[in-house]
Formats: sequence, C-alpha cells, structure tokens
Amino acid sequence: MTDKHDKTKASSIVTQEPSSTRLIVSMAVAGFISGIIIIAIYMLTFETIKENKARELREAVFKVLPDVSFMQKLHFIDNKLIVVKAEGMDDEMIFAGYDPQRKFIGYAIQGKGPGFQDTIHVLFGYLSSKQNVVGMEILDSRETPGLGDKIFKDMDFVGEFSNLPISKDIKAVKKGKKTQENEIDAITGATISSKAVVRIINKAFNKWSPRLPQQGSEPVLEKQDNQ
Amino acid sequence: MATDSSAYEEMIKGLWRDNPVFVQVLGMCPMLAVTNSAINAVVMGLATFFVLVGSSFLVSSFKQWIPKQVRISLYIIIIATFVTVVDYSLLALLPAIHKELGAFIPLIVANCMILGRQEAFASKHNVKYAVMDAVGMSGGFMIALFALGSVREILGVGAFFGIDLFGTNFESWVIMILPPGGFLTLGLLLLFFNWFTERRREFLLKVAESDRMAYVDGDK
Repeated sequence: MTDKHDKTKASSIVTQEPSSTRLIVSMAVAGFISGIIIIAIYMLTFETIKENKARELREAVFKVLPDVSFMQKLHFIDNKLIVVKAEGMDDEMIFAGYDPQRKFIGYAIQGKGPGFQDTIHVLFGYLSSKQNVVGMEILDSRETPGLGDKIFKDMDFVGEFSNLPISKDIKAVKKGKKTQENEIDAITGATISSKAVVRIINKAFNKWSPRLPQQGSEPVLEKQDNQ
Repeated sequence: MATDSSAYEEMIKGLWRDNPVFVQVLGMCPMLAVTNSAINAVVMGLATFFVLVGSSFLVSSFKQWIPKQVRISLYIIIIATFVTVVDYSLLALLPAIHKELGAFIPLIVANCMILGRQEAFASKHNVKYAVMDAVGMSGGFMIALFALGSVREILGVGAFFGIDLFGTNFESWVIMILPPGGFLTLGLLLLFFNWFTERRREFLLKVAESDRMAYVDGDK
C-alpha cells in the first residue's frame, strides 16, 4: 500500500514543474531553520566551551609550575606588566605563580608557532631565579597522531623540560646525541615537531625575558575573591 | 511481520553485503584520514552514525516537500546542520576527543557516503526503511573504520585503544600510522573482503549442488 502511495507522489513531481518561487521558498525555509538550529547549538555550548578552555589553561599553569598554589594573570601594556583579572587570554599575557605563603615562584609563558601541520600552542613554566624551564604543556596542536603528537604524549620528551637551563637557546638534537645542558633529545620520527616546540619556546622566551621585572620586584599577588 | 523482516534486511545489508567501504568504496576521506588509532575510528564512526541517521530521517520525512531541482543543496544544508551540532557538542562535552579529531569533524559534510544514501535511498523510501538503512550503513562504515583503525594502531604503535601490547622491545611500523599505511591496510582489507566473499559464494554453490545431488539420489 505504501508503495502505491509513493508512486503517485513521484509521478506528480515529475509531471508538474515546481515554480521558481517554490524552489526559492523551500531553499530559504531550509536555510532559515538550519541557521536557527546552528545558532541555538552555538549559544547552548558557548559557556561550556569557554569554561573548558579556561579550566584547561588554569590546569596547565599549575602543571608547568610545580609547587604553585596561587596564580594571577599579567598583561604587558605600555611597557609594563599589570595584573588583570578579566576572563580571556591573548598573546600579550603570561601567568605568575605563587606558593602557599603567597611568595613569588615563577612565570608560565605561552608561545605559538608553526608545527608540522598547524600552529602549536605551548605553555611553559620559567623560574627566573634559576633561569630554568621547569615544565612544558602543549595547549593546542594538530600534529600527526601517533608521531607528532608525541610532543605531549611521550612523557620522556615532556619530562626533558622539567629542569632545563634556558640562559642560552634550547636545542633539539638527535636522540642520544645530547652533550650540552641546554640540549634535549628530539623524538624519533617526530623531529620536525620536536624542533618546532623548542623553537616556539625559544622565541617566546626571547620575547618575554626583557619584559620581565628584575628579580625581587615581581608583581605581588593581589587579593582574589575566588581562590 | 513481512515488513519487519524487510526493514531488518535493509539494515543488515549495510553491514556486510553492501558495506559502504568494502563494497561501495565510499567515504574514503575519513576512512584513511582518522583511522590511525582505534578510538579515533570509533568516535568518527559514532559522529557519522548520528549525522547519517538524522539526515536520512529528515530527508525521508520531508521528501514530498523537497523539490527535485534543489534537492542536493537541501541535503547538504540538512547534513551540514547535523555536522555543526556534532562539532559543537563534541567540543563542549568531549574536548579531548575533539582535539584528536579536530579538522575531520567538519569534513563529515563532504562524506559522499552520507549524501549518497540520501540520494539513493532516503529520498525514495519511507521513514522507517530510511532510518534502518542509515543505521545499517553507518554501522557498516563503523565496522570498516574500526577494522582499519585497529590494524594500523596495533602495527603502527604497538597498542590497542592506547593500551601497550608488545612491551618496549616492539619496533613500531611507523609507516602504518602515516597516510601510506592507510592505503596499504585498506587495500589488504579489500583483498581479504573480496576473497572471503568469493569463497563464501563458492561454498554456497557447492552446498546447493550437494543438496541437489542428495535430493536426486534420494529420488532414486
């Protein structure tokens, strides 16, 4: 019965050419409904996505700076680092980390640069007192799964950034060829990605180190309501 | 009862006989691009499942209002809407997985298997059959993705769902997780699939033949 029903409908479509108005109207209606659905899902998920991103960033700061229990965001404007509390993040911002006694420990600096496939977004912890990198976390990357993504999955590689002098530029060398203190072993099969991470860190460090205040005059931790 | 069994038939055909990957060789872009690990393959399969079932349902329900002249653009609008919904939902609910699949979720729009099902099936059949067909086809797609993803992850990384299988002495076949590994594995799987189908057909013929002989013998 359904077959017969379908057939009559099909033949009526073939014999009757729909008017152009009808074609335009059906496209417009479909586009309109689709637009409403897309905007609705965007608005529904917007808050969660923003929160996820903010939480990821916060967790990353605590990961790259060991023993930190407070942090605040610093914004570099007019040749000065000032404390900001607003949400959001841009390239001119870094984080300062403080211990439970509210004493300054170090900075978490972010850097972006081209990787093997797309931009890699790196966050690393820096102890100005020792001039050491103390932790590295990849915030965003599209490196080849199974190879390039070892820059954040291979714990040996990530671990190399846990105590790394950066007074001279860091260098990535072939695995096992490491001789200098400021060299790290690149990942086998992901040399380009490893070198990209190192290059991004060097670039970000060279950009930020002249901007950081003298030792002892780091910004004080300001009172925060929700910590 | 009769309609139920044929609806079931519509579903089952996508899993094996008309498998979108092994038989129709459709949807090759996600097939080769995201199958370097089993978990990526499964999530891609689930996303495709949602998009295909949703689009087939809508296309089939509205088929008398979709003018033939603009049908392709309308299908694409419907598919793209579902893909956007999946994209944002994954980003909000499973950010880690979204990070892995990243660029490939939006590309579901261009998966020719999905558009093909709308054009070849959903636009000509009623809702129940269209949904059953979509379930079967995306199921078959998922099986194929999973087979490819498992082989490539096991050989290329020496792990399955991220669990290490062979210990530290295993030298992984790096090529398997790179694009050439995808083509190689797919080719071998297609070979196996066709060989198996051929063998099965021969076997069935043989069985039919011996049945006939037994029948003739019994007649004597």
